Amino acid sequence: MINEKDILETITMIQDENLDIRTVTMGISLLDCCHSDINTVCGKIYDKITLYAKDLVKTCEQIEKEFGIPIINKRISVTPTAMILAACDNKDAVKIALTLEKAAKTCGVNFIGGFSALVQKGFAHGDTELIRAIPEALSVTERVCSSVNIGSTKTGINMDAVKLMGETILKSAELTKDRNCIGPAKLVVFCNAPEDNPFMAGAFHGAGEPDCVINVGVSGPGVVRAALAKSKNLDLTGVADLIKRTAFKITRMGQLVGSEASKRLGVPFGIVDISLAPTPAVGDSVAHILEEIGLDRCGAPGTTAALAMLNDAVKKGGVMASSHVGGLSGAFIPVSEDAGMIDAAKCGCLNIEKLEAMTSVCSVGLDMIVIPGDTTAAVISAIIADEAAIGMVNSKTTAVRLIPAIGKSVGEELQFGGLLGFGPVMPVNNVSPAKFINRGGRIPAPMQSLKN
Amino acid sequence: MRAVISVIGRDTVGILAAVSAKCAQYNINVTDVTQSVLQDMFVMVMMTDISKINADFSKFVDEMTELGKEKNLSIRAMHEEIFNAMHTI
Repeated sequence: MINEKDILETITMIQDENLDIRTVTMGISLLDCCHSDINTVCGKIYDKITLYAKDLVKTCEQIEKEFGIPIINKRISVTPTAMILAACDNKDAVKIALTLEKAAKTCGVNFIGGFSALVQKGFAHGDTELIRAIPEALSVTERVCSSVNIGSTKTGINMDAVKLMGETILKSAELTKDRNCIGPAKLVVFCNAPEDNPFMAGAFHGAGEPDCVINVGVSGPGVVRAALAKSKNLDLTGVADLIKRTAFKITRMGQLVGSEASKRLGVPFGIVDISLAPTPAVGDSVAHILEEIGLDRCGAPGTTAALAMLNDAVKKGGVMASSHVGGLSGAFIPVSEDAGMIDAAKCGCLNIEKLEAMTSVCSVGLDMIVIPGDTTAAVISAIIADEAAIGMVNSKTTAVRLIPAIGKSVGEELQFGGLLGFGPVMPVNNVSPAKFINRGGRIPAPMQSLKN
Repeated sequence: MRAVISVIGRDTVGILAAVSAKCAQYNINVTDVTQSVLQDMFVMVMMTDISKINADFSKFVDEMTELGKEKNLSIRAMHEEIFNAMHTI
């Protein structure tokens, strides 16, 4: 029998501490949409997505109401479209992007992920064409998200792709400069990309996934912070325990919502992504958790250690609460989507180098960071290479989502609005790595890859 | 199937009666009621059996939210499973 205290705790978490299900993402395989004629492909893609996801939003809204738990985003991820493009005679990737946009609009989802290519070891048919089409695709669509995997622990880092992605990010920002450079905010460059990630912009439906699947991403930085605020005198063992217990509760809710959605939609349940995903809303910040643990400001010495503990405790608490854990699973540190990170970056306490260190102990990577518009493509590529190296050597996912603010410099701001938030332009070390980037080739896989 | 109705806000006359009347209208059986005052707030938690409900549960949820607005209270009706999932292993 549940008691009144537990009931009120749950209600307080939802009502006052921003507890929510961040996303229910339906993964749909497009492998059976392959055809040599691109118009046929687009027709098949539209039909399949709108058939499979027609009840996604409606079902989630029903669950939201009956269980009383907000589900913020309903989204779709699809097979990396470069794989579909490979079979087409005319490799006009933008056509596919426009089809994805139309399908997303029909289904009522706010983002569709999977305008992606996996090129960690090299380029197959369709990969280069897709990557070259990313700037235009992100400019002519609103809902389409793109990602490119350029490295992995098993394969090393494809430095030709790294070079290409630096140029792609810059071009994408230029094409959308009249819209706050929104293009690259929907583009993620991965190392060790997970194939079942429900979070945007990096979600895609991996080749090893079933035909259709439901993945859930939970949230709840506000809940963790509130729990810590009520328990001021704990030592760090106690703090870690408290985070674990809170993460357990949050994840249980994700598991419940995921299994309910999967039952009602008649689609297998994939994974719960146990991530602390912040939003720009006050009280929903990962940086504020670190500050609650005892740092005057996120970015101060000690930030990496505190984040390492937080990330580990979230996983330990979440893993028992769910039958299948996957995706990114950890604490996110996107700058423009986190009120505490924004403040820390504005006052200069948090810089890109510190963020890079933080990404070696938490999930994802250099996320939603606004950089000066005059940053060169080579510098962006080199930042991607550094971040990918951290992922490759530590057998973890790392990602880069940088937004060059065209025409702006340090001290100014970019406003994206909504969940993407806003961010101050952060200084970048501009010493040229051009020769290193222009060498091309592959960084060989590290010793860590030889596990057999 | 059971649902939890929670009422939080300033104590006023007739809250219990109003919520119970709505339950009766939907053929929902109230099985347990607890009331307390928490930090000057009136808190009432009702356990209910919704297995014989005569309409869509989400419609009842809307009516409860509406009733809360009328009486300047926060009234929520939620499936019991969410609490079970969160608080029991």
